[in-house]
Amino acid sequence: MKTEFSTPHSTKRRFRVLKEFLIKAFLFICAASSVLVTVGVVWTLVVEALPFFDDVSLSQFLFDREWTPLFENAQYGIMTLVCGTLLTTVIALLVAIPLGTITAVFLSEYSSEKMREIFKPILELLAAIPTVVYGYFAMLFVTPLLQKIIPGISSFNALSAGLVMGVMIIPYISSLSEDAMRAVPLHLREGSLALGASKFQTSFRVILPAAFSGVASAYILGISRALGETMVVAIAAGLQPRLSFNPLESTQTITAFIVQVSLGDLPQGSIGYRSIYVSGLVLLIFTLVFNLIGQLIRSNMEKKFK
Amino acid sequence: MNRKAEVKNLNFSYSHSALVLKSVSLPIFENKITALIGPSGCGKTTLLRCFNRMHDLYGNVKYDGSILLLPDQVNILSTDIDPIEVRMKIGMVFQKPNPFPKSIYENIAYGLRIRGIKKKSYIDEKVEDSLKMAGLWQEVSDRLHTGANSLSGGQQQRLCIARALATEPDILLLDEPTSALDPISTAHIEELVASLKKKVTILMVTHNLHQAARTADYTAFMYLGELIEFGESSQIFTNPKEQKTENYITGRFG
Amino acid sequence: MIVALVILLSLIIDMAMTGMPRISSHFFTSFPSRFPERAGILSAWVGSFCVVLVTALMAIPLGIASGIYLEEYAPKNIFTKIIEINILNLAGIPSITFGLMALGIFVYRFGLGQTIITAGMTLGLLVLPIIIVTTREAIRTIPSHIREASYSLGATKWQTIWNHILPYSSGGIMTGVVIALSRAIGETAPLITVGALTFIAFLPTAPVSDIAPYLSMKWLTDPYTVMPIQMFNWVSRPQEEFHINAAAAGLVLLTMTLLLNAVAIYIRYRFRKKYKW
Repeated sequence: MKTEFSTPHSTKRRFRVLKEFLIKAFLFICAASSVLVTVGVVWTLVVEALPFFDDVSLSQFLFDREWTPLFENAQYGIMTLVCGTLLTTVIALLVAIPLGTITAVFLSEYSSEKMREIFKPILELLAAIPTVVYGYFAMLFVTPLLQKIIPGISSFNALSAGLVMGVMIIPYISSLSEDAMRAVPLHLREGSLALGASKFQTSFRVILPAAFSGVASAYILGISRALGETMVVAIAAGLQPRLSFNPLESTQTITAFIVQVSLGDLPQGSIGYRSIYVSGLVLLIFTLVFNLIGQLIRSNMEKKFK
Repeated sequence: MNRKAEVKNLNFSYSHSALVLKSVSLPIFENKITALIGPSGCGKTTLLRCFNRMHDLYGNVKYDGSILLLPDQVNILSTDIDPIEVRMKIGMVFQKPNPFPKSIYENIAYGLRIRGIKKKSYIDEKVEDSLKMAGLWQEVSDRLHTGANSLSGGQQQRLCIARALATEPDILLLDEPTSALDPISTAHIEELVASLKKKVTILMVTHNLHQAARTADYTAFMYLGELIEFGESSQIFTNPKEQKTENYITGRFG
Repeated sequence: MIVALVILLSLIIDMAMTGMPRISSHFFTSFPSRFPERAGILSAWVGSFCVVLVTALMAIPLGIASGIYLEEYAPKNIFTKIIEINILNLAGIPSITFGLMALGIFVYRFGLGQTIITAGMTLGLLVLPIIIVTTREAIRTIPSHIREASYSLGATKWQTIWNHILPYSSGGIMTGVVIALSRAIGETAPLITVGALTFIAFLPTAPVSDIAPYLSMKWLTDPYTVMPIQMFNWVSRPQEEFHINAAAAGLVLLTMTLLLNAVAIYIRYRFRKKYKW
């Protein structure tokens, strides 16, 4: 069993070093390939979208008041799609931020370890449901319900899509917010309670502000989810791009437009093909900006509590 | 008295920061127990972990000087020496018992398996021998294939000792092996360590002065990265030559 | 909290009530049809299965390997930081943009067309970040003293990873894999952009045949449809009758994803009990 020490040039040693090196190199290539994917996404979108501007001027793109790239008399006002996207996102946030925050406060401050163990997985199930199922739900359950409450609401409308999307992103917001609140040091909590503050006051006046940056980053990641959500809006919000913020009418988001065009025949290089890439690029820029802001705030928070 | 290893003018530092060990020299005698004592942060664990090149796992470290393994006079700190081969010859037991979450049998067999030993009868025999040496055989012989995590803390630590012994190391390093254990388990381990020196040379870090006095043949007192005094335990604990050593063992600091 | 759960429940009940009558063995063994009561999801569930198989083959090895590299090997430098930020962002990119990339690269540049392999690879890239992140989290729970125990016996880095790190983190990794695959099963948008056909009344080529060479990979390059696409197709028809089909398909889809998630929770629970550090 006694092994004598080998020299660096012995075959055995070289073989071992080589084997470990090859493994490391292989793993590195795998990890680096994820960068390749991102580069692939950005590069494809840019390359396929750029020729769009051979036919359409930037001012048309930004200031046309309609988006009808597939019609005879084509107009290219991306703002109509952006408007639809923002509208559904705002409605979703109006649902998800209050509910998500309250859920997070409840999980972090009010529930026992056991309750958390039960509730968290259930909440995560909300995020696991396929989005097409949510779309079904918005169109065939929520919309008829809304039609009873608000007569005259269109059978495709931004409101119902937004509401359902809101429910969908609750778990994203609540789970990240809860992490942030639980990271607040115990002594802050005890300090507040020792001064005679109630649990409710402590939660909302001490914990929530202290965890603000973490909670804010949760909101921002929620926004970027809502911006990129596709199936719910494609099914329930309708297909008419509109430069209006009326939630009762139908509208069209960037993602829904991409779906609509993709469903048809799509020759490479046609204006329809270019238009989905250009709108996809706009969407990507929006979400990337929000993601980066969210991560920045988050890493600041991590520094603060370390 | 045979020397098993010899530390010569050892300086050690992490990347480019200050020296953690300053010009340490001491002999390690064969089939004896040598204890390293000193206040926390004195570098005793750092010195111990030089012996199996554990520091190499954490990136940039700088060894200066040598640890010679006798009788071959191989400097195990040399960059030409593969740390993995060093660890094959020098076993280690840690502060906290850290058995693998596998069966008792597999814990001990692992060291043999990574040395390429496949013969089942040989492994069986080795598992039994090491468990007997570690005084654990009677307690576990009927449940070798149950999880090691089901053992008590003291048993787990003896299992870790058995695991290190199975590969017949030249030197066994013990890093405060009883600091996480209750007094009864501690007594067991101390007895065990005393009985092991017939087979293996032992280098042990301990916080517990009484433990060093009871079990070690030689004791080295370290302070701020330097070796202050080295000698037979009886001399160090009854008649220290250095003022600092005396202050420490009489409890004036540390 | 409770609101969310009530909504979830009402959704499931509503869909179950509408879709239940349509669920029969006929529904699982028939192709889609112009007549709602004759239509079934045979091609859809077979397609889903094939696509997810490709996704798994691609994303699982790639994801676990990346996770191991980032946790065990990656030096602390700017390049590692770039990879980490990149993975976080990849997880945040809207799924439909993956579809646009796949349309540009897989369908047109590589000429793979609108096939199972295109769809599988698209979803594979989409769920890759989930597997990477959960692999890293699972590896991170293993205390360093276990690694040191392995190294102290003379194990190499790879031996330590292969014999200890991977087995002890396999619970967490498997949880991540199951969640990733359940996400892939339910994902619709990127497949629409790569042109998943919605009317497929045939199955992919069988992988095994009785003529030499017996094994065929042709199914990879066959057209396909998948469960969520089939459901989307039925939802967007104006006829009420098709909505019942949609509900039934939704019910099947929902059951599959909820089941997978339950499996994931169970695995997490079991392994947490098995390895207590």
